[in-house]
Amino acid sequence: MVAVIDVQDVSKSFKIHHERHQSLKERLLHPRSGSTEMFQALRDVSFSVGQGETVGIVGHNGSGKSTLLKCICGVLKPTSGEIRLRGSLAALLELGAGFQTELSGRDNVYLYGAMLGFSRKMVDAIFDDVVAFSEIEQFIDTQVKFYSSGMYVRLAFAVAVNVDPDILVVDEVLAVGDERFQAKCVDRIQRFKEEGRTILFVTHNADQVRALCDRAVVLDSGDMIADGPTQDSLRIFREHLMEDAVEHDAAHLLGTIQIESVTTPEGSFDVKSGSSLHLDVTVTSQSAYSGNFVMELFTRTGLLVSRSDAQGSPVNLVPGRNHVTVDLAQIPLLDGIYDLNVGVLDHHGHTVIAWSEKAASIQVTYDGREGGLVELGATITQR
Amino acid sequence: MRVVSARPVLSRRLKTLWSRRELLIGLISSDIRIKYKNSTLGIFWSMLAPAFTLGVYYMVFAFFLKNGIPNFVIYLFSGLVVWNMFQNSINTATGVIVDRAALVKKVSFPREILALSNVGAAVVYFVVQMVVLVIFVAAVGHAPAWRFLLILPISFLSLYFFTSALAMVMSAVNVYLRDMKHLMEVLLQLWFWLTPVVYSYEHSIAPHLSRHGLSLLYFINPITLIVVTFQRVFYVNTIVHSTVAPYPLINILPTWSFDKFLELNVALFAITVVLFFVAEAIFGRLEGNFESEL
Repeated sequence: MVAVIDVQDVSKSFKIHHERHQSLKERLLHPRSGSTEMFQALRDVSFSVGQGETVGIVGHNGSGKSTLLKCICGVLKPTSGEIRLRGSLAALLELGAGFQTELSGRDNVYLYGAMLGFSRKMVDAIFDDVVAFSEIEQFIDTQVKFYSSGMYVRLAFAVAVNVDPDILVVDEVLAVGDERFQAKCVDRIQRFKEEGRTILFVTHNADQVRALCDRAVVLDSGDMIADGPTQDSLRIFREHLMEDAVEHDAAHLLGTIQIESVTTPEGSFDVKSGSSLHLDVTVTSQSAYSGNFVMELFTRTGLLVSRSDAQGSPVNLVPGRNHVTVDLAQIPLLDGIYDLNVGVLDHHGHTVIAWSEKAASIQVTYDGREGGLVELGATITQR
Repeated sequence: MRVVSARPVLSRRLKTLWSRRELLIGLISSDIRIKYKNSTLGIFWSMLAPAFTLGVYYMVFAFFLKNGIPNFVIYLFSGLVVWNMFQNSINTATGVIVDRAALVKKVSFPREILALSNVGAAVVYFVVQMVVLVIFVAAVGHAPAWRFLLILPISFLSLYFFTSALAMVMSAVNVYLRDMKHLMEVLLQLWFWLTPVVYSYEHSIAPHLSRHGLSLLYFINPITLIVVTFQRVFYVNTIVHSTVAPYPLINILPTWSFDKFLELNVALFAITVVLFFVAEAIFGRLEGNFESEL
């Protein structure tokens, strides 16, 4: 496979000014004052992305994922290392940053296209598509400063996805416009994927990565800690997130709570569709802790089927071995293998205390007629 | 294939710059449109404003100070056209990277294009003013020095490369030293009076320098040669009788031959091209740390 994006030993450090002396007078008067500190945002990151791959870059805030993305787009220059790109690239980061508010939407489409590196002829060819996609036909000749923020972002998004880039870089911008427009965006990204283009997707939302990506790269405070199939990378991401959370919020809980096992009374996870399933989760804890308990069920393609927690009635862990039961009264799922994640969260549900990714795989057998994911029990009659 | 690396070599930088010329044109046209947006007279202002300056200088020097230079308007006009282009470019380009920080931090393109687009816009105004100058010269029936017209393109390219080089360096330096913008405004005023736009060759420092055998020092200011070349082409006469009694002879322009003019201009052109490359390299050095300063 041809590498479309080749990141080689990229490091990036920033100078952090503690006291800013930028005027000549201040520099002359205080030549030595104002300490600077180097902050290493990326440390020797290397990976490559092949033609047609959809790769997610995950990491929590401050992990360096946006810095890496900016380096790939060429907005930032790496301190050392090199990034090689084959083909044109369009980035969906900070949508509309290149707009000149004094100019009309039409002029901005051309200017933004040129900034992304596309010729006037190419923009001419896609202009109508851009306008149609952005849904602002009647305002296209209005100055952009009169646009609402939604119109602004929609136009920028429309340009970026319609210029036909070989590589699309998406940075947590899927929260654009109303729900219908969002669906349109996700749709467009899916189509990109089907057309065999390369997509780089940056987020801290594990669900989006699961839904869109084949592969994921995990960053943790500037280091690349995982690069592999989405499921494996996300497991590492979750585990790191957990360690981190423990470090920050509850150092005393470090490793004190662990999910030991998930079992069923029957000993097997094979279940017939429509029947119930009783899960025994064994959690060991070294101290008493009261928190929330979460279970998630995913399809093998990474689609979240269900997530539920013990909201309202916290689990009270006591030192030693604890048993938590998860009762699934009726599983309406159709044929397939479903992966189960379980975890212990703090009361607010923000901080992961213990997590077990892919704690069990449930195999559902179904002998009805319906196709898809769930059985709705539809009956079709004519009156 | 595109490569993003810590310090791209100069040849690659120049290649990238050339490949983005369409962006340069887009930025120039948007610059001009934004500047005259919502003003009734639009781009006419790019003629009216210099015409006003021209009028003021003419009043002061020809009318009140009675410098006695015949056809002083043509002399003044041909020098001001050059100076306006230079001053416009440097004044706007010095602050451009700081002003457009939001863009610089978020969209990838060769940053020097911002400074170059300001120079480009100034070139457009320059062309407009040149057209007016040519029409004016034709209207008053003052024939230009046809032979010297050949040197004009070389002189213009020197002006372009020198202005671009300075604009790029200043725009980058201003990111680190925000005083640069204000300092340049002051320096440009001083620079204007060091350039023989409103006074003749005779009253410049050139005769004093040549007396000490230091004629070359006169050309340390590259704008001087360009201005003198433009004046030579449009004003034509080098030595004229003053219009003020007792009508003495004034040495308005250097009496160099065509070959000397050509030689000097070609040399300046070569130097400014080198300066442009040097400026590009300096810009490349400085732009690496933009994000921690903006």
